[in-house]
Amino acid sequence: MSSLHCFFNSSIGRKWIVSITGLALIGFITVHLLGNLSIFLGPDAVNGYAANLHHLGKLLWIARLGLIAAAVLHIYFTMLLWRENRQAHPQKYAVKQTLETTLYARTMRLSGLVVFGFVLFHLAQFTWEWVNPESKEWMDAAGRHDVYRMLVSGFSNPWVAGFYLLSVGFLALHLSHGIASLFQTLGLTSEKLRPRFECAGKIVAWTFFLGYASIPVSVFLKLLSN
Amino acid sequence: MNFHLRIWRQDHEKVKGFFEEIEAVNIPADASFLEMLDMVNNRLIEKQKVPVAFESDCREGICGTCSMVINGIPQGPGRGAACQVYMRSFCDGETITVEPYRAASFPIIKDLVTNRKAYDRIVQAGGFISEHTGGAPDASATLIGKHEADRAMDAAACIGCGACAAACPNSSAMLFVGAKVTHLALLPQGQPERKERALNMVRAMDEEGFGNCSNYYACEAVCPANISASVIATLNREYVAAACRSVAE
Repeated sequence: MSSLHCFFNSSIGRKWIVSITGLALIGFITVHLLGNLSIFLGPDAVNGYAANLHHLGKLLWIARLGLIAAAVLHIYFTMLLWRENRQAHPQKYAVKQTLETTLYARTMRLSGLVVFGFVLFHLAQFTWEWVNPESKEWMDAAGRHDVYRMLVSGFSNPWVAGFYLLSVGFLALHLSHGIASLFQTLGLTSEKLRPRFECAGKIVAWTFFLGYASIPVSVFLKLLSN
Repeated sequence: MNFHLRIWRQDHEKVKGFFEEIEAVNIPADASFLEMLDMVNNRLIEKQKVPVAFESDCREGICGTCSMVINGIPQGPGRGAACQVYMRSFCDGETITVEPYRAASFPIIKDLVTNRKAYDRIVQAGGFISEHTGGAPDASATLIGKHEADRAMDAAACIGCGACAAACPNSSAMLFVGAKVTHLALLPQGQPERKERALNMVRAMDEEGFGNCSNYYACEAVCPANISASVIATLNREYVAAACRSVAE
């Protein structure tokens, strides 16, 4: 068996793939959030941002394929590790003790599943535009796709906004364990650094929540309107 | 003091186990948990019943032989091994549940006794150093920095009791393997086999069927030797560095 094959078949190698792909996905949500926040600069800014993104052409597709690969690997290897973990621990204790383990850590699969379900809905709503097909026709004065109007009208639906808030909440839960955990898996922590990574991870996770939640909340408060 | 015990009884690995309700009466408050089990066993023997099988050796908290799970906590509540748990830390009349370690890699031999040879086999795969035979070298012959020596000694405190894998919801042995790899990687004597050690011990760990670390840190919470989960980060680092070098070679 080659050394590389050995590495990807080992528990640590597989965990490395989960953490590296997790890091790539965090990179994506950072860029995505910064792009989204341009909505606060007005319709012109966010419509221009969206148009520029689509003008990237091949580059956009390379990024998209990379992102899909990262998501697929992240989920596939997590499921593989989960299956092994269940086999390794077939019988639970009669007296259940959580022993240090945080709520975030214990709910990683649930939070991951909610986020995955949300991503599919989010793509259907704003990328494929299946939820409100008429929004495909909306153009602004400059002849660009009116992303601003699409977002504001999308989030005007309380069910859509509510599901969005719930999902970014679950994303923050996922990252509250995930960020610190990936640094531990990459071997970048020490006894002194680990509590700091854990604290910083939670701050970053809930900063993502505030950033993402600010858009539907602003629509609800009529700070953003058509 | 009186206690209501729920103790796991299982004749061997192939049969189904069950909880037996046993009353422990007139137990002195300063008896250790194992002494309490001795008293219960003596009374069972007097009544011509089969005593509860459990492991113990040093009974002073340094060998890690006493592998049992008391009220869901491997090696019992508080720091230290199960033999360091005293009955005064329980309430009079309390129900105490005693189970064996639950991990596929630690099969049950009888009652509270599990087979922990998987840890021995992991150590045999790389938890050793090469040394000259003959007279012991001068203690000052090899210089080691204070900081490195302290960190290596902290990791070397691992007694291999198995509480880490027993406490882990995934039954991962990463704290144990991390302690062994960290201990030897920090010292000059551990350098010749450093790369092979990380690769071989992790391979042995995976082959034994232990789960994968999810960074829950339950292991760190129960470790009787106070091993920090930072040894797991060190193991991750050592393993990947070794794997990269073996790919490059």
